[in-house]
Amino acid sequence: MNQDGQETGGRSGRRGDALLEVRGLRIEGESDEVRIQIVKGIDLTLNRGEVLGLIGESGAGKSTLGLATMGFTRAGCFITAGSVVFDGVDLLKISDAEKRNIWGVHAAYVAQSAAASFNPAHRLIDQYSETPLVHGVTGESEAKSTAIDLYRRLRLPDPEHIGERYPHQVSGGQLQRAMTAMAMACGPDFIVFDEPTTALDVTTQIEVLASIKQIVRDLNTAAIYISHDLAVVAQMADRVMVLRYGELVEEGATGEMLANPQHPYTKSLWAVRSLHKEEEPGEEVLLEVRSVDAAYGVAKVLQDVSVKVPRGRTVAVVGESGSGKSTLARVITGLLPPLTGEVSYEGKPLPADLKSRPKDLLRRMQMIYQMPDTALNPRRRVRDILSRPLQFFHGLTGAARASRVKELLEMIELDESFLERLPSELSGGQKQRICIARALAAEPDLIICDEVTSALDQIVAEGILKLLLRLQDELSISYLYITHDIATVRAIADTIVVMYQGEIVQQGLKHEVLTPPHHPYTDLLLSSVPEMDTSWLDSLLAERAARKARGETVLESADQ
Amino acid sequence: MNAVLRTVLQRLGLGVLTLFVVSIIIFSTIEMLPGDFAKAILGQSATPETVAAFQREIGLDRSAPVRYLEWIGGVLQGDFGNSFASAGALGGGQERSVLSLVAPRLANTLFLAAMAAIIAVPLALALGMLAALYRNSVFDRIVNLTTLTSISVPEFFVAYILMLFLAVKFPIFYSLASVSADTPFMERVVRCALPAMTLVLVIVAHMMRMTRAAIINLLASPYIEMSRLKGLSPSRIIYHHALPNAWAPIANVIALNLAYLIVGVVVVEVVFVYPGIGQLMVDAVSRRDIPVVQACALIFAIAYILLNLLADIASIVTNPRLLHPR
Amino acid sequence: MTDAPDSKPVQPEDALLAEAAPAPRQRSRWETAWRELRRAPLSAQIGLIVIVCYIILGVFAPVIAPYPENELVGSQYEPWSDEFVFGTDQLGRDMLSRLIFGARNTIGIAFVTTILAFAIGGSLGLLASILGGWADQALGRAVDVLMAIPLLIFALVLLSIVGTSLINLIVIIAVLDSTRVFRLSRAVSMNVVVMDFVEAARLQGEGLGWIMTREILPNIMPPLVAEFGLRFCFVFLTISALSFLGLGIQPPAADWGSMVRENATLINYGDITPLLPAGAIALLTVAVNFVVDWFLHKTSGLKE
Repeated sequence: MNQDGQETGGRSGRRGDALLEVRGLRIEGESDEVRIQIVKGIDLTLNRGEVLGLIGESGAGKSTLGLATMGFTRAGCFITAGSVVFDGVDLLKISDAEKRNIWGVHAAYVAQSAAASFNPAHRLIDQYSETPLVHGVTGESEAKSTAIDLYRRLRLPDPEHIGERYPHQVSGGQLQRAMTAMAMACGPDFIVFDEPTTALDVTTQIEVLASIKQIVRDLNTAAIYISHDLAVVAQMADRVMVLRYGELVEEGATGEMLANPQHPYTKSLWAVRSLHKEEEPGEEVLLEVRSVDAAYGVAKVLQDVSVKVPRGRTVAVVGESGSGKSTLARVITGLLPPLTGEVSYEGKPLPADLKSRPKDLLRRMQMIYQMPDTALNPRRRVRDILSRPLQFFHGLTGAARASRVKELLEMIELDESFLERLPSELSGGQKQRICIARALAAEPDLIICDEVTSALDQIVAEGILKLLLRLQDELSISYLYITHDIATVRAIADTIVVMYQGEIVQQGLKHEVLTPPHHPYTDLLLSSVPEMDTSWLDSLLAERAARKARGETVLESADQ
Repeated sequence: MNAVLRTVLQRLGLGVLTLFVVSIIIFSTIEMLPGDFAKAILGQSATPETVAAFQREIGLDRSAPVRYLEWIGGVLQGDFGNSFASAGALGGGQERSVLSLVAPRLANTLFLAAMAAIIAVPLALALGMLAALYRNSVFDRIVNLTTLTSISVPEFFVAYILMLFLAVKFPIFYSLASVSADTPFMERVVRCALPAMTLVLVIVAHMMRMTRAAIINLLASPYIEMSRLKGLSPSRIIYHHALPNAWAPIANVIALNLAYLIVGVVVVEVVFVYPGIGQLMVDAVSRRDIPVVQACALIFAIAYILLNLLADIASIVTNPRLLHPR
Repeated sequence: MTDAPDSKPVQPEDALLAEAAPAPRQRSRWETAWRELRRAPLSAQIGLIVIVCYIILGVFAPVIAPYPENELVGSQYEPWSDEFVFGTDQLGRDMLSRLIFGARNTIGIAFVTTILAFAIGGSLGLLASILGGWADQALGRAVDVLMAIPLLIFALVLLSIVGTSLINLIVIIAVLDSTRVFRLSRAVSMNVVVMDFVEAARLQGEGLGWIMTREILPNIMPPLVAEFGLRFCFVFLTISALSFLGLGIQPPAADWGSMVRENATLINYGDITPLLPAGAIALLTVAVNFVVDWFLHKTSGLKE
């Protein structure tokens, strides 16, 4: 165990020597009896003590590649070519029994979902001690004491006793750190971090990132850090590889790459949102939510929420999971009648329940969803999807309807060739455009957008946002835009509503909310959003520590 | 332990409630009897007096809730009333209580079912786990085709094939499983060999398919992948990581299949003319001997509900989330 | 966008970063089905051939069978001969002819029963999943209770009460089996109901009928079709078992379960004739199961 980080490097090398060399790696996946290439000939070198970031969007093959660097493939995946030389041994040429001597001891893995990756039947400490005990690295009492030491270094609360708990008794962010500790149990030379913070909220993510970064640095462990979030990788990695469709797009030192990306795809990832909308205060109030309380059964999820949506403007509702922002949308659409308070439309109160709202009101309020995959009926063609609201709301049939469908497609920048397609024959961005067209078909005044870009790749998301802004310009539609992503808010909002645990903590015009002084929670939320700057995390932590030292209260995530 | 106890008690309460409702359903089927039922039982020659006496005997002159309370009260004390079969000889013949008909036959059925279960359960679990561990191997494929075939085949087909080969062509076992109260134990086992074998063949196929599916489902969990990436040996992964989480699904598979056994027993008893409760029920149905039918149905339902209850309790007491509440 | 026309302003999305959208498939349904069929495993192909043979036998029974269904053409239990290929039964009717007519009766009745079970259970299951709330609760509890009694046992109780007529048999089995259909259709429909496109339809103000038939039903067809195969096997076996016990399809109709029972004594003389109807039942269920197994494998995308 090189717990104190004094033995620089591993058993047989120094910092800077190559620890892992992957050459010409090809991996195929079998799906529906058809083999598809997931990783298409990747070369990769990782030096001792180095952290390599693997960046890519969904389907880039980064997880498959990450596991393969440990010589591991999931069921249904096959390595068809290449070599993975770890510490002088080609992991693809040795038996499973030999790999088991490496896994856990010299190379370890931290998974995305800690809750699913811990065995629910055993205590954290027993799952920690298992690796050193089974591999004969340490005895039981020593394992326990190193565990407590690691738990402390990872800033877990009550490090002496937290190991006695079962996985379901510990929160998500803490569990993620406990898994990092488990990976560190035998002092491995190399750890694969597979999107360890993706499932966490931004304010929780900070703590996990900070503790992972520190411990990797302290123990001088080499790591591959996989993420789709560039700003996160910028904090963690010395060097970055950009993957797309299983191929390497670009590779370089993190700072250089941030400053000067070469490949157009990389540039598109790197580019800070080019969109910026000047805020405009609205005049006429289209929709007003007045002191609404709402609950699912006995669990109260909204407390005294009041929001105004002006005509032709965008109101962004920001908050983390559990803040009640999606519930607000359900109250407005009538899916969840509020306990108290009311929603009014053009000054007139709306019936609380969807079923008692007249058809014309339903028409004037439309919704677009986060997952375009589930928002379109997979069995209906684009033509049918767009024709239905035209017939339903406007009674259009025949040629009039057909020409209106074409118009709608033009508005969302797609052509007639899409008419006969099923949703499965569209890309993610195209699907979201069809969802927008379906909403437009009703000719609404207000569109509620629920995280409409967060499931999309960055560049596609940008196209969707541009489209939404253009449509607002042309048709003077109001948006209630629900999101957790501050960058999107900056790009499109006129006014901002910040929600936290079912209450509105702050609201106002964009510049009022985004410029200090903020409400403490707004401050925590804004400051926790990773920035494209390698020193962002360090300086943020330093700043928070300094403020604490000065005796100021610093709000921390609920996870601590 | 509090949470476990509370959940178990809740489940028990639900079980009792289900039993209560089921008893009402079984009892109230008699309300659907057509009006000329007494004639059908007593024969066309029955006089109006005998019909009236019969109706009084089964209590049709009182309200249904009263009769239910009497019936369920009796059932709780082991009294299922009298068989209709004796009602035909009203006055002259001897009345036979349902209990005296059911009790010895229930013992026979339990013997046969236990015999089948003792062989089938361990065999099916072992085969199912092997198939799961070596999935997509030749062994697994052969097992899959064989079990798919044998779950598709009616019990009487299996029964007659066994009879044809193991009793008629090669007289190793008895083709008819006739036993009586004073048949010695070993003799009983030998006489029950063919019916038990039939049940085993049918159950094992079902059960091992379910076991295989449950284990494969379990092995797909991320924590199993994690335990592999910790460099643990396959045996340690199975015993230490899969097994503690496998009790609930396995208990479910066992309960489901023992419940299936209950149904299978009816047909198999008829084929081998085995004096069990299944055959009694079939006879009673064709004679429309309602009290006996109700008693048998209630016994089958109790066994069925009890098995599911046991499986539920097994999964409750092995659930770490309940054992170690927050 | 892969094929945006030239007149449109060029989006960054269009130009260098075309998303990998799957190209629209042009193959027709029949072509696809035929291709899938040829790629199907041997067991499924054999299963399909067997099913087709049974259907032909059932439909053209009067043409194919050498003798009428219920005519006494010989003496009792005649052995296999050129005149009576599988001999005669306990009354002297031709075994082969009765086997062929049995295909029509036994399969037809099981098929009708299964359809009825699906009509009841499927529509209630769909309704429960869409309505949710107390309607779902009430239906769910009712089904729980009905399922607490083993189906064959429950059927026996009801048959003892209402008597063993064909209509009674079909209705009783269909109602009891519809509980299983209810469970499945509710469960698979539940997965669809929570999807955003169903919520979108609701927000649009679409009625129950539209949501059931246009939004949900098309998306749960594959599991329902597979379940239809499985339920058919189950119903078929249950009715055969009842007939075998003398409580199902009543004489003189030719029916495989009853035929096994009527001729069972022959087994004791080493005669395999009673195994023929039993084997006919077994072969069909095996065939259906083989096809369903392949179909499930295809549609679920599962490799296990």
